[in-house]
Amino acid sequence: MGIAALRKKWKTHGLLILASIIMIYPVLWWVGASVKSNAEMSSPNLFPLAPLWSNYTKGWMATPNYTFSTFYINTFHIELWSIAGSVVSCSLVAFGFARLDFPLRKVWFAVLLTTMMLPAQVTSIPQYILFHRMDWVGTYLPLIVPHFVGSAFFIFLLVQFIRGIPRELDESAKIDGCTKFGIYWRIVIPLMKPALVTVIIYTFLWTWDDFFQQLLYINSVKNYTVGLGLRLFMDSQSNTEWGQMLAMALLSIVPSMIVFFMAQKHFVEGIATTGLKG
Amino acid sequence: MEQTAVAASIKKTKRRRLTARWESPIAGYLFIAPWLIGFFALTLGPMGMSMYYSFTDYSLLGEENWVAFRNYTRIFLSDDTFVQSIKVTLLYVCISVPVKLASSLFFAIILNKKIKAISVYRTLMYIPSIVGGSLAVAILWKNIFGLNGFINYFLSWFGIKGISWISNPDTALGTLVILSAWQFGSTMIIFLAGLKQIPAELYEASSVDGANKVRQFFAVTLPMLSPVILFNLILGIINSFQMFTSAFIVTGGGPVHSTYMYALYLYEKAFAHYQMGYASALAWILMILIAIATTVNFSLSKHWVYYEAEEGGRK
Repeated sequence: MGIAALRKKWKTHGLLILASIIMIYPVLWWVGASVKSNAEMSSPNLFPLAPLWSNYTKGWMATPNYTFSTFYINTFHIELWSIAGSVVSCSLVAFGFARLDFPLRKVWFAVLLTTMMLPAQVTSIPQYILFHRMDWVGTYLPLIVPHFVGSAFFIFLLVQFIRGIPRELDESAKIDGCTKFGIYWRIVIPLMKPALVTVIIYTFLWTWDDFFQQLLYINSVKNYTVGLGLRLFMDSQSNTEWGQMLAMALLSIVPSMIVFFMAQKHFVEGIATTGLKG
Repeated sequence: MEQTAVAASIKKTKRRRLTARWESPIAGYLFIAPWLIGFFALTLGPMGMSMYYSFTDYSLLGEENWVAFRNYTRIFLSDDTFVQSIKVTLLYVCISVPVKLASSLFFAIILNKKIKAISVYRTLMYIPSIVGGSLAVAILWKNIFGLNGFINYFLSWFGIKGISWISNPDTALGTLVILSAWQFGSTMIIFLAGLKQIPAELYEASSVDGANKVRQFFAVTLPMLSPVILFNLILGIINSFQMFTSAFIVTGGGPVHSTYMYALYLYEKAFAHYQMGYASALAWILMILIAIATTVNFSLSKHWVYYEAEEGGRK
């Protein structure tokens, strides 16, 4: 490699490293600040000389009556049902659209695509009224049940993926006496695993971050999610312990981080191969 | 022996009948049933209801009364908060969407290189987006842009005395714009996927013709990427119009309503004052605004989006 090429290579790396540092710096500061006392918060050091680990233990217990353990268990409870609902319903519907023929199929698919564009606000008020009338407000049902009817975005993603699976597999299974459901269950589902992983990941992340719905439908602290617990923390303290709050906020993104690092390839390469190509 | 054969044949016909049933149109509808039910019960039904409520004074607490267009006339003629929230929202959309598009395109281009450790860089730059629109980030932002946050510390190096960015009406909206630009990850990934589909020959050919990097960017990259830019633009507009969480947490709409986003106003009307009828009217106005913005951009796109298929024929 010539000197010029080498220099160019280092220039690229230099630029990328600089950009990475700028992007990641707030997160680094965050980690440091989570073990700082209020007095040290404005100090120039990224990390304090004597890390205040008690920010984590005290923060965990800071909300009255319930600790963050309850909030985490609640959130995982909602997550589990949401993911189960998403995977089952989206895969069934996507199989129907991608592989079966029925009257008005194209019309329904166009409707499905249109609903992707619909702003959530328009439906969120009447949905609230509906769930209010059904006496579901205050339970997890308004958060979980919508996942059992599938989301347009995931269905579209899976339809695109199933279209890439060779139809010959279906045909030969049909000759062997496989039912439609059998084709879905034995052929398509196993081949669809990578796309289903994408659905699981995004359902997890979006549910974790879905502050708005949680704010609307959960009203007793006993049922609070991590996000609502954090808000309670913010409101309950008159002289805010910033360190403790940042520590709890940082812990609240750990599950998403773990999911992200486990499924890194899906994020940085994934979308290109599953969908988005009309 | 014979019995089992008969049993088997009965089983076979049964199965055949079953298959025949699956072949009928009912099968398709059975598979898409979950979505259909959801569409009618959770989307179309509620939309109809909200249309109806927007012409009433429904408040969740009592019976509704038909008020015809009174909600709408009040919104347009005598609601100062509405005007303010529209101003803020339009300003936010007009600034944050281009800023975010530019930053994500910039990072997609510098990350679209075949060098060692590129996936490490991609991962690092995606991290801010993973922390998401969550409350955690809002708390972080409140701190960073606070009076004693590190932005001010950084400025003090240059002898600039910082202000409390979040509690200043002139800068509060700006901090929210930077927040959205910082989380460019998912937009960047879509750009990255688009960049990968640009044939390398185009770059080779243009560099043979003597085009430099800048010229290549404007003559090759931008036109080839224009459909993806349109996609991200539309998505960005739809999302920005509905921005809620960060405004709700970081600034709470303040100071003096300088970050009072439309979605915040809607939330307060509906779920703090329980004026469901009025809020439904607000929601429909938002929907129409988004529809107009989307349509305008789609029709404008004819002038700048380049579709290869139109000239080269569909693959």
